Amino acid sequence: MSIIFVLIPLSLVLVIFAGWAFFWAVTSGQFDDLDSPAWDVLGEDVVEHRATDGASDD
Amino acid sequence: MSGSRVDCFHCGERIPAGAIQYARLGRRQEPVCCSGCRAVAELIAGAGLEAFYVHRRGPSERPGADGAGRDDWSAYARDAVQDAVSRALPDGRRSIVLVIDGVRCAACAWLIERVLRRKPGIEDASVNAATARARVLWDPQRIGLDDLLRSIHAIGYRPHPVTSVDGQQAADAERANALKRLAVAGLGMMQVMMFAVALYAGEFDGMDATIRDYLRIISMLVATPVLFYAGATFFRGAYRSLRARTIGMDVPVSFALSLAYAASVANVLRGTGEVYFDSVTMFVFFLTLGRFVEMLARQRTAAVTDALARLAPVTAHRLQSGDVLDVPVTDLQIGDRVLVRSGEVVPADGVVREGEGRLDESLLTGESLAAVRRHGDKVIAGSINLSSPIRIEVTALGSATVLAGVLGLLERAQTTKPRLALAADRAASWLLARALLGAAIVAAIWLVLDPARAFDITLAVLVVTCPCALSLATPAAMAAATGKLARAGVLVTQPDAIERLARADRIVFDKTGTLTRGLVRIGECRTYGDVSAAECLAVAAALERSSEHPIARAFSSAPGLAAEDVVIQPGRGIEGTIASRRYRIGSAAFAGAFSVHEGATAPASRVFLASGKSLLASYEIGDTLRAEAPDVVRSLQLLGLRPTIVSGDSSAAVAQVATACGITDYVARSLPQDKLQRVVDFEASGEIVAAVGDGVNDAPVLKRAHVSIAMGSGSALAQASADLLLVGESLWPLERAVRTARRTVAVVRQNLIWAAAYNLTALPLAACGFVPPWLAAIGMSASSVLVVANALRLAPRTAASRPCAGTRGTAIAAAIP
Repeated sequence: MSIIFVLIPLSLVLVIFAGWAFFWAVTSGQFDDLDSPAWDVLGEDVVEHRATDGASDD
Repeated sequence: MSGSRVDCFHCGERIPAGAIQYARLGRRQEPVCCSGCRAVAELIAGAGLEAFYVHRRGPSERPGADGAGRDDWSAYARDAVQDAVSRALPDGRRSIVLVIDGVRCAACAWLIERVLRRKPGIEDASVNAATARARVLWDPQRIGLDDLLRSIHAIGYRPHPVTSVDGQQAADAERANALKRLAVAGLGMMQVMMFAVALYAGEFDGMDATIRDYLRIISMLVATPVLFYAGATFFRGAYRSLRARTIGMDVPVSFALSLAYAASVANVLRGTGEVYFDSVTMFVFFLTLGRFVEMLARQRTAAVTDALARLAPVTAHRLQSGDVLDVPVTDLQIGDRVLVRSGEVVPADGVVREGEGRLDESLLTGESLAAVRRHGDKVIAGSINLSSPIRIEVTALGSATVLAGVLGLLERAQTTKPRLALAADRAASWLLARALLGAAIVAAIWLVLDPARAFDITLAVLVVTCPCALSLATPAAMAAATGKLARAGVLVTQPDAIERLARADRIVFDKTGTLTRGLVRIGECRTYGDVSAAECLAVAAALERSSEHPIARAFSSAPGLAAEDVVIQPGRGIEGTIASRRYRIGSAAFAGAFSVHEGATAPASRVFLASGKSLLASYEIGDTLRAEAPDVVRSLQLLGLRPTIVSGDSSAAVAQVATACGITDYVARSLPQDKLQRVVDFEASGEIVAAVGDGVNDAPVLKRAHVSIAMGSGSALAQASADLLLVGESLWPLERAVRTARRTVAVVRQNLIWAAAYNLTALPLAACGFVPPWLAAIGMSASSVLVVANALRLAPRTAASRPCAGTRGTAIAAAIP
């Protein structure tokens, strides 16, 4: 059972890392706007699509 | 006139015959209704962003439809103005936050972002479709703020610089901090729970003492940041309320937390007894979660305040020794003369000194008809000048303006605490005092009987009587209900109102804008000459098309001709030439309709159309019943609410609405004080009155009624006086609100009964020594979880889809997630 003396601190280190990652995400504004970025990708895609369409026409 | 119907490619409005234009989009041509739409459509297509038209969810706003189509951005080129609205970064770049009118869906946000990012000098632009906010970073050496704003305006949107950036940043910071606390509490709780399961299992199956102590020390290490970082807000709140000599909810919470934590730490160090880190962390997590939901609801209602705040312009045209100088509003002084051009917003409260203008004060007063303001009349900041330029003398600025007063009212309403929660707080602190006293007595008795068991039993008593569940009972249910209502289209500005709405048995409607749409519509038409009604209507529509008056909007749905040489006479009417004939439309006096006897009809509700000396037609201007109103009223009746109409309108109009809705109890032609008296009478007879209103004359009634509901499209003053705000154009949320309120109150009652029953039965058991501390801890946690779970039954199960917002409600509707 003595393995838990290693594994539990290890798990705590992982938790601290997860907490740090979340803090970073919050401070860098990852949670500020949860709607628009999803659309952003779609819009970009369509523009490129249309651009290539136009090129093939000409 | 051809009968075919063509809609504008850009704004979707019906194009009057003869006014059709074509926009060239690459090789295609699309019909548009005006040069504004044409310019915007060609600009968007020219920039290769035509995909916008494929992806947008509905037609766009007609550029300039807000009566402010003129170029008034040049003021933003001035350094003083730039400093007032934007922030300079250390590297010389500047950043600004804009609220953009007309953003209706993510495609709009996408379009604005693309257009801005292509401008040389703009380094970054991000537009949030949900809040209609844009953050732009630009290099002032390469592009001016005026050009930046102009480029947004050019594609048919209207940007407003946000001056209250501080408030926004504070809200952002608050949300970020709350998220971090929630994360610490959640992660910590999961870890501690894991160790707790091992410890509980060890309790039954036997566990090596070293491992047991090791797990307990680890639990302590994890619980410490949870308590002192995530739980710090409770301690600060408790400290504040103790200093103010009141016992708020934070006091018993902090006491329970610190007691359980201290006892656990003591037991870890002693190496005996029980630890309660699992309870501590779980308690912190659930409370933090409750506060987080509460904060989201509060910030959402704050967005309504924001929509009002941007009514006030950022710049003003100050008159200085004959010159017109553009200055930031913050530089204005009382006594300054300010020029307000046509289509501009009045920057400060003042008195008209020169000129005569029609002012649209609708967002503040809810009155749909523009008011004529002449020399010596007062004007209020935030109203829009719809006609000729006026010069005003500033009498009040900034926080002294009427607009600021309304904002203050709203903000105050948002920070008040619900009475239900206060009652639970009082009960909790009362219980806490008794529990402490009881624990002291129990400790004294057991010290005499059996000193060895005294500590454990006293601790069990304290833990078991911790009023956690009682403290959680109301806020958890309130938070869940507020969230549910917000999704249903009802903003709760006064959480207390939920309880009163649930008990309401009388509902008082103001007719205009509540049961009816509050939009003017052409009613009965009378013709006097030999010209047909259809021709008259076409002429009228052509004339009215050039006006932004609310009555003109009623005509905009009619097919039209094109009018030339149009002259608008503020407060009187419009004159114009159609097919080389001169027409006038407007008041009886203006159109020259003295000769026509109109009987009992109020002249203000009729407009007259004349050509030369001959009167052609007159139109009754009326209001339309909301389509869903009769059904909503019927459902409310089924819920046991007795509906009443108290209106200032004419008896015939009110009777018509009442009959359509199946309401037998109605009063017409009542003045604001009559309306108030009516509510007082109902209340005197023991009824709980809910009032629904939208106008400025409803404000006293809304304030007086037990619970008040304002329409989101109504006046700001009405909204500030109201407890609940219906967002959007439908009345159905009203019925939803009543149902939800009743369920909320039922849940709160269940929660309180359960929590109190648990505390009362557990106390004697614990005092007699039947409850070991670990069982007490489980009991405390379980009762809290049960209370929260019960409250969550109120929360929406699936996220409802959000409709694309309407013209005026954009900002308000954007407040709903």
